Amino acid sequence: MLLIDTLFPLGITHYLVGGLLVGSAVSFLFVATGLVGGMSTFFTTTLSYASTWSYFNQEKYVTSRTWRLAYAAGLVIGAAAWFFTVGESFQTSVSRWQLALGGFIVGFGARLSNGCTSGHGICGLASLQLPSLLAVLIFLASAMVSAALVKLLGGV
Amino acid sequence: MKTSSLACVVLAGALFGFGLSYASMIKPEVVLSFLRFEDFGLLWVLGAASFVTLLTYQLIPRLMGRPLLEAVFTKHSSEMNRNTLGGAAIFGIGWGICGVCPGPAIAGLGAANWPLAITLAAIFAGAYVQGRVMST
Repeated sequence: MLLIDTLFPLGITHYLVGGLLVGSAVSFLFVATGLVGGMSTFFTTTLSYASTWSYFNQEKYVTSRTWRLAYAAGLVIGAAAWFFTVGESFQTSVSRWQLALGGFIVGFGARLSNGCTSGHGICGLASLQLPSLLAVLIFLASAMVSAALVKLLGGV
Repeated sequence: MKTSSLACVVLAGALFGFGLSYASMIKPEVVLSFLRFEDFGLLWVLGAASFVTLLTYQLIPRLMGRPLLEAVFTKHSSEMNRNTLGGAAIFGIGWGICGVCPGPAIAGLGAANWPLAITLAAIFAGAYVQGRVMST
């Protein structure tokens, strides 16, 4: 038990239940519509509404932009449902520069890689895709290095 | 896409957003504590979500000829190339700086974690620059 307390000081139940809910969500999307729902593509498809640059207006992005926008809207609704029921008010204390700089790099990298924690992580692993497994191992490793460096530099 | 399909997409998104929030993944502090080996809980989230999805992706197409509302089961395709792997390395650097990945950045709005709106806007900016560069 001591080891479990050390590895998971906040317990494991909420992590496990939350993960099962996320997996159920991606599964329900697939069973009902046949769609594979990672999150990061939403940013590129939504930019296709506003930008005329050719990359954003590829057929695969224009044809999926409606449902990806609806998926993101659902995400906000679900988080709000949590907030107004079992949730709690929480404002992150991570520095503004971290949120801005990190976000920009996340957006650039996830779209270059064509996947993020949900796209390569959940959907890619569940599809037994070797490139996604490598992507997950690579981003976990680089994130651990950068999170350690940020702390050394005085970040939260 | 049919209205019934879009309704299911919204419902799936809502379940996703509720689950992410319940798992405290919309708290960057929790994600950063995982990346710094202080709390390994994130592995349960990723593991449980991937396992449920693995069963669905591998078994459902064999049990059902087609999805309930649409014609075909689509497939996740990732390519083994420099962009996939290099982009993942870049994504990780950003993730380690802010502790926020794309899903929680969007869900943060619904949970009134307002500072995450900074990350959401920044992800749009990064995605724009990536698409702009790839357009030339």
